[in-house]
Amino acid sequence: MNPLVLDLVTAWPEILLSGGLCLVLVVDMFLKDSQRDFTYLLTILLLAGMAWVLLGDGNNAGQTTLAFGGSFISDPLARVLKLFAVAVVATVFLYSRPYLRVRGLHHGEFYVLGLFGLLGILVLASSYSLLVSYLGLEILSLSLYAMVAFNRDSPVAAEAAMKYFVLGAIASGTLLYGMSLVYGVTGTLNIADLQASIAGGNAASLSLWVGLAFLVAGIAFKFGAVPFHMWAPDVYQGAPTAVTLYVGTAPKLGALALAIRILVEGLGQPAVSDLWQLMLAALAVLSLVLGNVVAIAQTNIKRMLAYSTIAHVGFILLGFVAGSPEGIQAALFYTLVYVIMATGSFGFLVVLSSRGEDVENLDDLRGLWQRSPWFALMMVLLMVSMIGVPPLAGFYAKWWVLSALLATGNTGLAVVGLVASVIGAYYYLRIIRLMLFDDGGQAHAGGVPLDARVVLSVNVLLLVLIGLLPERLLELCARAAALI
Amino acid sequence: MNVALLQSMFGEHTLSVLVWLPILGGILLLALGRREGAPEGLRLDRIIALAISVLTFFLSIPLWTKFNLSTAGMQFVERASWIRTFNVEYYLGVDGFSMPLILLTTFLTPIVVLAGWESVQKRTAQYFAAFLILEGLMIGVFSALDALLFYVFWEAMLIPMFIIIGVWGGERRVYATVKFFLYTFLGSVFMLVALIYLYLKSGSYSILDFHALPLSLTEQTLIFLAFLFAFAVKVPMWPVHTWLPDAHVEAPTGGSVILAAVLLKMGGYGFLRFSLPITPDASSELAWLMITLSLVAVVYIGLVALAQKDMKKLIAYSSIAHMGFVTLGFFIAWSILERTGSTAGIAMGLTGGMIQMISHGFISGALFLCVGVMYDRLHSRDIDAYGGVVNTMPRFAALMVLFALANAGLPGTSGFVGEFMVILAAFKAGFWYAFLAGTTLILGAAYTLWLVKRVIFGAVANEGVAGLTDASRRELFVLVLVAAGVLGLGLWPAPLADVMAASVDNLVIQITQTKLEFAQ
Repeated sequence: MNPLVLDLVTAWPEILLSGGLCLVLVVDMFLKDSQRDFTYLLTILLLAGMAWVLLGDGNNAGQTTLAFGGSFISDPLARVLKLFAVAVVATVFLYSRPYLRVRGLHHGEFYVLGLFGLLGILVLASSYSLLVSYLGLEILSLSLYAMVAFNRDSPVAAEAAMKYFVLGAIASGTLLYGMSLVYGVTGTLNIADLQASIAGGNAASLSLWVGLAFLVAGIAFKFGAVPFHMWAPDVYQGAPTAVTLYVGTAPKLGALALAIRILVEGLGQPAVSDLWQLMLAALAVLSLVLGNVVAIAQTNIKRMLAYSTIAHVGFILLGFVAGSPEGIQAALFYTLVYVIMATGSFGFLVVLSSRGEDVENLDDLRGLWQRSPWFALMMVLLMVSMIGVPPLAGFYAKWWVLSALLATGNTGLAVVGLVASVIGAYYYLRIIRLMLFDDGGQAHAGGVPLDARVVLSVNVLLLVLIGLLPERLLELCARAAALI
Repeated sequence: MNVALLQSMFGEHTLSVLVWLPILGGILLLALGRREGAPEGLRLDRIIALAISVLTFFLSIPLWTKFNLSTAGMQFVERASWIRTFNVEYYLGVDGFSMPLILLTTFLTPIVVLAGWESVQKRTAQYFAAFLILEGLMIGVFSALDALLFYVFWEAMLIPMFIIIGVWGGERRVYATVKFFLYTFLGSVFMLVALIYLYLKSGSYSILDFHALPLSLTEQTLIFLAFLFAFAVKVPMWPVHTWLPDAHVEAPTGGSVILAAVLLKMGGYGFLRFSLPITPDASSELAWLMITLSLVAVVYIGLVALAQKDMKKLIAYSSIAHMGFVTLGFFIAWSILERTGSTAGIAMGLTGGMIQMISHGFISGALFLCVGVMYDRLHSRDIDAYGGVVNTMPRFAALMVLFALANAGLPGTSGFVGEFMVILAAFKAGFWYAFLAGTTLILGAAYTLWLVKRVIFGAVANEGVAGLTDASRRELFVLVLVAAGVLGLGLWPAPLADVMAASVDNLVIQITQTKLEFAQ
């Protein structure tokens, strides 16, 4: 086959998405505000098509294909991440429509920007070159900045977007600077060549170490790990909840891809990996402790969940610190499960807020059980999963990371992670407590459309299902990350 | 439908049915909810709950009748791959230790349902659902032979218990339930570390494989301490007992009963299933610590119980003291071996500890039920609020006195058997052990009988007591059922001892054999 054709076939999902989102953009321009549902339907249809294409790719499941001169890869890891990203973004859109409509925010831009962000995630997942990673990251980040500022009339959102943009630009700069240093030392941007160059003895160079530090800082920013977490609470709180739902979920998959491709695959040689593992260990411990402790003091649920994210990121990073293939598999599993949990938790807020008033303070949830028992039950399950209590999916995520840490002799870090999650249990329990034990509060789910209810239920029951039968997803992650 | 037919339907899956029937029943109740305004007599939720719990009890009887007394091996085994990637199995089975505890659980759950028949008015469907789900999880804990499965059941139990105390509890319920959750959660995460470590060593999560795994003394000590953290909190042992009085006092009657009667036993069961056979050498090294903590619980907590003004708190402290006997009976083994050079007394200590667990399940459960009966009438747990109850509630008073005497260890009741055996075993280990353990006979009698004197006997203290009505037929029925257990076990403990004899003998061999020489 013609090499160009082969390249295009490998990047088929991205090409399809780019074409599709341009179509959505163009069609949306000719629609009146009352016809936005058509944009919505077209978007969902596009995502369903994407899912179909990606699932169809499962025929060559174990296969790895390089394209575009070795800078673009299609391997099991990329396919798993892409499939998840598409599913998560589709779920986000399903949750968001009533919320946006009731606020007069139901514009086509939301979907177009969301699709652009998804494109960035897909590119990140398949990137096999530092430059392609940067490209994917920028597509993702720019869409996110715009989405946060999506509600033009909200000064809080504008402030959050500004903060996010400034800090994000610095982080991108840092990352780019790190990349240029690495390029300077190794003379290549390609991940495979990078690997070879470092294995060939290019490791003992101060510039490489400095470059590595910059890379780690940039990646940590995208994850939201302490001390590069400052943007997360403000952005999560300031953005419209539907946007928070987006920002808090799918981009984590992109950040994970970035970390795996650059750190594990590109700089995975022991000479340098010891160094970044040490840095990540410090970031992980800080994130676990600070995230869990500060979350206790929050009264705004979105802000609390932001700190909870930071703590979970700490756990994901611990998987990288373990350094073994099992650790990476565990980090992948943790990220997938976390994204499902976060989609559920923010989705819960979006659904409860889709009656008009924003439900975002802890006090709003008081006594929810009496008003909307099913929703309260769903949130209880979500929080239980976040704590890491079996038999919900969150437990297996923690268990696998711990297992990987203990297998590589990092007992101390494992204990830190566990104690931090016991501290973290407190604020998740508080949500359960407010909903079940207390009275008062305003939020209820009366009049929430059926589709949003179904999506939330499916989302949460998925966690229960993974909790009872974790084998499938565990094996999927083990296979996806086995080739790294 | 008769029991035999059901048995033939479920056949080999007795344990799975026992685990999942109550859980699914609980989910069904949650789904049905309670139709507000339904007539009192037609409340479907409690009828379903009672039917499911009684059915579960009858289905659990074959565990006893078909139990093979001659083997220490696992029986009623079910084994299937669950998480192949990690060699985790859905592996259930019972031996002489777990079978009686499962029966205790299935026996007490219908009683708890009956106890909440009228007194629970708020969100009843959810109340009964929580207890049914809890029952399934507890049976799961006692029957799991795969460590990860065990941990899943063990931790999952926290959620329904958290909700039971938090929703239906007393005034300070939120504080009590959060404390309960965090305390036990912190304890069990260390156990998880130990379990994962054992998996990495042995390549499987099967508990029986762990038993055969050679380990160095350092490994054993660390693993023992990790387990100790988890189990000591559950038992609870001094000084990590402080969550229990709070949780007991604030929990609704049913919650207190289950907490005292079954949940605490999980700590003791954990020692038998994990600590002793997996880390025998570390247990031997640290037995002094365990004996000290147990004796402190017996003596010091006994004294603390004397000072209580709240009935539930008094019984809670009495529970801690009685559970001290259990751990004493388990860990006295090495002192006996050292002093007498024979293993003869070890079995007695282990059997005594086990019988004490079952007996305490009945007695403490019954005492909490009694307090519940009075609380439903006067809405006070203060000892001062009562006095002369016998005058207005004679039938109830007779039963309460029986349970109090059993709690004090009167011969002929179940409370006597376990304590007596443990003290006898302690004598083999040394006079002072036995002497200190024996103080419980005085202290236990003192705080229990003093409680009875102040609450039951004497002149009618106030108008509230004067207006009391005697226990209803339902309440009497519940109490008589438990009383039958207390007396039956007290007069004829041999069947229970026989059931666990083979497992006890096997455990004696396991703990007296060092694992060190096999480790590198």
